[in-house]
Formats: sequence, C-alpha cells, structure tokens
Amino acid sequence: MSSVTPGELPDSEGKGKSPRHEWPLWEVFIRGQHGLNHRHVGSLHAPDAEMAIKNARDVYTRRNEGVSIWVVESRHISATAPGEKGPLFEPSESKIYRHPTFYDIPDDVGHM
Amino acid sequence: MYAQMVKSTGKGVTPREEMSDEERAFQDRVDADIKIEPRDWMPEGYRKTLIRQIGQHAHSEIVGQLPEGNWITRAPTLERKMILLAKVQDEAGHGLYLYAAAETLGITRDDMTEQLLSGKMKYSSIFNYPTLTWADMGAVGWLVDGAAIMNQVPLQRTSYGPYSRAMIRICKEESFHQRQGYDIMMKMAQGSEAQKRMAQDALNRFWYPSLMMFGPSDAESVHSAQSMAWKIKMNTNDELRQKFVDQTVPQAEFLGLTVPDENLKWNEDRGHYDFSQPDWDEFFNVLKGNGPCNAERLSARQKAWDEGQWVRDGLLAHARKSAARKVAAE
Repeated sequence: MSSVTPGELPDSEGKGKSPRHEWPLWEVFIRGQHGLNHRHVGSLHAPDAEMAIKNARDVYTRRNEGVSIWVVESRHISATAPGEKGPLFEPSESKIYRHPTFYDIPDDVGHM
Repeated sequence: MYAQMVKSTGKGVTPREEMSDEERAFQDRVDADIKIEPRDWMPEGYRKTLIRQIGQHAHSEIVGQLPEGNWITRAPTLERKMILLAKVQDEAGHGLYLYAAAETLGITRDDMTEQLLSGKMKYSSIFNYPTLTWADMGAVGWLVDGAAIMNQVPLQRTSYGPYSRAMIRICKEESFHQRQGYDIMMKMAQGSEAQKRMAQDALNRFWYPSLMMFGPSDAESVHSAQSMAWKIKMNTNDELRQKFVDQTVPQAEFLGLTVPDENLKWNEDRGHYDFSQPDWDEFFNVLKGNGPCNAERLSARQKAWDEGQWVRDGLLAHARKSAARKVAAE
C-alpha cells in the first residue's frame, strides 16, 4: 500500500498536487483460483478504472495468479496509522480465552 | 546485481549512543527483522538511499528490455520468439513492481523517469553491452539473470516491506529467465561447430561484464556498511561475486564451454574458485556513459518517453472528461 497521498486527477492547467499530469495511483486486489479472498498484490498508475483493470491483468496475472481483479484508487483507502498499533491491537493480545486451546477437554470426551 | 555503487549517507554507521530515540527504535526494529512500512518513521538517509537503490534497480529492468528486444523479431523459431516476448514482458513487470515500491518513499514515477533521462539516476552497467548474436540471448539469461538472482534472493529479506514484497514476486519469475537462457546455451553448445563457436563467443563477451554487475569490492565502503546495517544490502559485493563464480563454472563445464580466465582454478583450501577480477577501469568508464551502448540505450528511452506523450495526454483527457460526465450525472 502506498503512503504517498495520491493526487486527484490533475486539472488541465496542471495546477494542484500532480503538476506533471501523472495518472492516479490504483491499488490492485486479486482473487486466486481456490476461493480465497481478494488479496492486495500491488499498485499501478492508470487514467481510469477500466485501464487500471487492463493494466492489472498484464502486470499481476501473467502466470494464472487470479480469476478476479478489484482495483480501487489509492486515495479512497483509509488506513490505520502506525502509531495507533498499540491502542488498537494490544487489547486482543491478553484475551487468550478467545482461542479454543484455552480450554482443557478430557481425552475421554473425544474429538471436539 | 542491478544496483551498483549505490551511495548511502557517506558517513558510515551511526554509533548507537549518537542515535536519536527515533533512530534507535528504528534500528531495533530492523535488527529484530520487523519490516519497515511506508508510513513508519525512518531516517532520511534510509529513505534517500532506498530511492536511489530501488530506482536504479527499476531502471535496470526497463533498460534491460532493450538488448533482448533487439532479438525478438529475429528469434530462430516461433516458440523461441514467444518465450523471449514473455521474458521481456516480465522485465517490464519487474520494473513496474519496483517503481511502485520506490513511489511509496515519496518520489513520483515521472521524477524517476526524468532523472534516468537526465543521467542523474543510473541503471546497471551490463545493459550497455551489445547483443550481437542469438547466443547472446542465452548468455544474458544464463549469466546476467543468474547474477541478478544472486543479489535478489537475499534481498527478499530486506528491511523495507514494499521492496521485500517486490523482490519476492520478482524472484518467483526470475528463475524462468535463467533457465530459458541456459536452455538456449545448451542447444547452441550441442549444435553445429558454428553454433558452438557462437556460444563460446557469447560467454567470452559476457563473462567479465557479468562479474562487474556486483560492483567493485566494497569491503572498505562506508556506503555499504550503512546499507548493510539497515538491511537494504544483505551481502558484500565480493561474497556475491564469489558465489556466482562457484555456481556458474560447473554449468559452463557441463556445456563444454571455457570460461575466459586463465587464472580460474578450484582452491581446495578456500573451498572456492580463484578467478581474475574484471577490468575495473572499463567498469567506471561504462558507468560514466562511455560504454558501447550507453548513448543508444538512453536515446531509446528518450524516444519512447517523447513518443508516448500523446498517449499519456490523451488517456488523461479521456479520464478527465469521463469523471466530469459522472459528476454531472450525479
């Protein structure tokens, strides 16, 4: 995932964040053959969604890696900040009773 | 190695006691093999060195398409042509993965392209040598991609997350490249006398330039010491070069070809081959822009960039219009 704040489509005078008329950045998600979720595989530049999908096909599925492609413009993705890692994720570390191995079931009960 | 002589801060490794709290926390994460991600704090030198290194690597993949593209229309069979096309297409993909990784460090794709064209950013010296015969396609895959793999496999463990993930993708695809090269060499080496001569000639011309790909000895280099502390360089140039020679010599023997080095010999004590260094004056001269194909390669890139301008502009105009229509419809 990119950290760069991707520009809006540059306006025709070339003002704003992307003065050089660079195409917007897209994030690419591919679903493999075996029914897994779409997974982020990388980024690319494209002028619009249609071209982003065509480019994603050429760049990320040359070896049969996928049967479905999602693209989303990077600027539409909201993400957690690295600094929030502690407050967000530490609370789950201490809750070991959420895992099945926390509970001792006697062998006599059989498989559970 | 596709990145050569990448300059770091030039100051050597900062001693721990002189580091700021942020730097120390950063170095601890690197030492613990925790990946650094784009939005994490990182020293400015780390960011800049990585941009230089990944950018140079990306440019090498793209410029590296040129010597091979040279033979697509002249491949000896339709199958060979399709394979070569697929390989050259892979190189474009590798360039794109790497450009995307570099962009996460805050440089734009256009900036990188312009710095390549202005000569501010470099690409690997190897691509400034010409590909004169079909056997060169074999030598490039076998030796050039082989040397690149030596460097790229350890870089899968590099500290910077996006770079590491790009390397993992690239390594998966790169072994096809080396094997197809060796396959061409086998065919030529087992062919007619004329074909054998072409195979030997290709090895003669590509051997030393391949050894140069790892860069000159960096045992004393402050740049390398810093890059290794940051885990953006995993081995010294000499280590990788030795590994490459040790791996490649038996492969040449299998082909019945002779490595063009009178001093090449197995050293029982070291458990490695002894070999001659390439001509480092030639290397520096090629880096300066005076290799056989420097001007040709850069002018091909310049031409592609200039002639693609209307495509970039046209598609952007189209996207702008569609976006405006969508807004109007809402």
